[in-house]
Amino acid sequence: MKKLLSGNEAIARGIWEAGVNVASGYPGTPSTEILENLATYDGLYCEWSVNEKVALEVALGATVVGARAFCTMKLVGLNVAADPLFNAVYSGVKGGLVVLTADDPSRHSSQTEQDNRNYARFARLPVMEPADSQEAKDFVAEAMALSEAFGTPVLYRTETRISHSKSLVELEDRVESAEPFAVNRDLSYCILPAFTRTRHAEVEERIRKIGEWAETWTGNRLEMRDPEVGIITCGVTYQYVREAMPEASTLKIGMPYPLPRNLIASFASQVKKLYVVEELDPFLEEQIRLMGIEVAGGKDLIPLENELNPRIVAAGLARANLPVNDMLLTEAPAPAQGVPPRPPTLCPGCGHRGVFVALNRLKAYVTGDIGCYTLGALPPFSALHSVICMGAGVSMAHGMDKGLAERMPDKAQAPVVGVVGDSTFFHSCIPEVLNTVWNNGTSVLVVLDNRTTAMTGGQVTPGQGCVLCGQEAPHIDIAEVVKALKVPRVRKVDPYNLKEVEEALKEEIAAPEASVIIAEAPCVLEYKIKGVPYMVDAEACTGCKRCLRVGCTALSLTAPPEGKDKDVVVIDPAFCTGCSICAQMCRFEAILPGGEN
Amino acid sequence: MKSDSTNILMAGVGGQGVILASFLLSQAAVEAGYDIKQSEVHGMAQRGGSVTSHLRIGEEVFSPVLSEGMVDVMLSFEPLEAVRNCHFLKADGLHLYNTARVNPSTVTSGALTYPDDVEERIASCAPRSLAIDATALAEEAGSARSANVVLLGALSTLLPIEEGVWDTVLHRELPAKILDLNLRAFAVGRAQTKDWEQ
Repeated sequence: MKKLLSGNEAIARGIWEAGVNVASGYPGTPSTEILENLATYDGLYCEWSVNEKVALEVALGATVVGARAFCTMKLVGLNVAADPLFNAVYSGVKGGLVVLTADDPSRHSSQTEQDNRNYARFARLPVMEPADSQEAKDFVAEAMALSEAFGTPVLYRTETRISHSKSLVELEDRVESAEPFAVNRDLSYCILPAFTRTRHAEVEERIRKIGEWAETWTGNRLEMRDPEVGIITCGVTYQYVREAMPEASTLKIGMPYPLPRNLIASFASQVKKLYVVEELDPFLEEQIRLMGIEVAGGKDLIPLENELNPRIVAAGLARANLPVNDMLLTEAPAPAQGVPPRPPTLCPGCGHRGVFVALNRLKAYVTGDIGCYTLGALPPFSALHSVICMGAGVSMAHGMDKGLAERMPDKAQAPVVGVVGDSTFFHSCIPEVLNTVWNNGTSVLVVLDNRTTAMTGGQVTPGQGCVLCGQEAPHIDIAEVVKALKVPRVRKVDPYNLKEVEEALKEEIAAPEASVIIAEAPCVLEYKIKGVPYMVDAEACTGCKRCLRVGCTALSLTAPPEGKDKDVVVIDPAFCTGCSICAQMCRFEAILPGGEN
Repeated sequence: MKSDSTNILMAGVGGQGVILASFLLSQAAVEAGYDIKQSEVHGMAQRGGSVTSHLRIGEEVFSPVLSEGMVDVMLSFEPLEAVRNCHFLKADGLHLYNTARVNPSTVTSGALTYPDDVEERIASCAPRSLAIDATALAEEAGSARSANVVLLGALSTLLPIEEGVWDTVLHRELPAKILDLNLRAFAVGRAQTKDWEQ
């Protein structure tokens, strides 16, 4: 019986089937659902680790005893985990290790569009990439078998259109490792220079042998149709190629590195003209050209940026005068103009709102971070000015503080505030706060503690007193952590009290020492918080729109009541949680509690 | 696109139940014996952003995503989202849309206004459109939250999937607590399109 699964659900099933013993990861779109699904399977251990580097080290540790390990993260997470990744290639692994990167062409939910296939060539480990949910599942076991056969970590690359698309999957049973687990006190994981003199050569030899193995691996699939045109492609792009040129012969690459040289040369010799069609970087194309194989077209036809689709692939191939599917060549209708955009916004009742309203009023430069609160960068808040990577909000505030110290010592003149969320705090801010304190920094950090990893859909954090699989765990209190790090000024504020937040910020900005302000407010979405809604007294409302500056979608303008000429504000009781931020903005006492639910 | 597949686009706002409706349709397609691919982007959808789901049903489906001008049937959960996604519809494609408006944050903030002529714009970009007050119909059926299932019911008569298949899937996939409500909503939706002269 086939089951309809998303790529991520299929990968979770594949992890279970492949006999994985330990799985770890950090949430990040589009990878998050893998571990969330895996947590529903029995027979293996899985955890949300505090960050990707830690997750990979946990997985690597499991391989030392012979256990099978799988580690998941989004594309930028692999930057965080790059250190153990590169080094694990040198150490090699005893139990199998597969490291998953979920890339995001078109940056639907990511900062950058990096093509993480490049890590494979850079770090010298094989990378597999599926083209639908069936392969997404099957390639987990394939990658695990390859990892154990060659003693190497294997990179597994998925991307948004694989992870978040559903297709039919044939399920199989779980197959566990037959090897005994043991702790052998050898030094294979100890990559000291003295021990690894020959290791680089061994790594190069291993990847060469994996290239030979790839020649007969069924995941690289040669499909001869019309011999006039041959197309080498991989991942979801294979599906677009099949739509754009159904009759073309294809070599579908399941392992973009190392490539099967002979198979590619043989395919090239069987077709009249050879093209390479791939998303993002010319990763296959450059390798194939380096083999001395003639490529008639690649990135000169297909865009280098953004995700592809059948139309884009057809248009690209048509530029080389190839006979593509006509239906895809008709002029694409243009999107409608003048449609008000619908960007994501902070939810009505969100505890982050009050802090951004206050930061906006103080005209602070806010060094931000990654999470729901990144939305503070957008109007009407416009109160978040830098977003680089997780943890950067803390140290950039410290760096700005030091940069200004000599020439603009009056901090009130150019206030700088760092902002991070609770999950981000645990992810990477502990060393960052420590660094600020150690170096006699005087910057201000606000931790928006909503007791969840909200942006990715509510994954648990160390602040919640439980773990991925639901068991209880020690509750880590952020205030206690920063006090232990010797932050001289630590205080909590109620983010639903605008005056309190603003005063706390002013005091801490003026203070000559480092400070951390913790704004505690559980996520309204995750904890389903709904209080008595507020309502607008239309008689008292002057239509000044001051309340609209809080950017709450429960508020909107409506036609003026009789005797008035300005539109007035109304509150939708279905959305209003009764947080009162808008009422605190009103100068005419026109917003009052007591709306009907 | 392979011409033997039926291409469906659902468009709405985070929180309107696009994902559930598209899940139920996918399950019905599987139950009816089709190959199917379904794709969505929902990174920040629950923060009130636009949400779309692409569904393709046929003998053998390759691409999980649809390109502009390739959609046979579009189901819009909100009028503005209909206009935003109209260019995906084939010139003769069918279109069902919920008339209940949901203001985007750019409108509630007072920065922009909701277009007055949204219905006219829909009529011009999707001539074969049927307006359905799904939110009101869902309220009559028991809860405005079932507007998504009203719309799914309306869509169901336009697809090559038998009524009995839908019944099986709704019974299997919906929690008992909300089953009756949604069966009513689905039936109300079906009645909207049964005699639609497209």
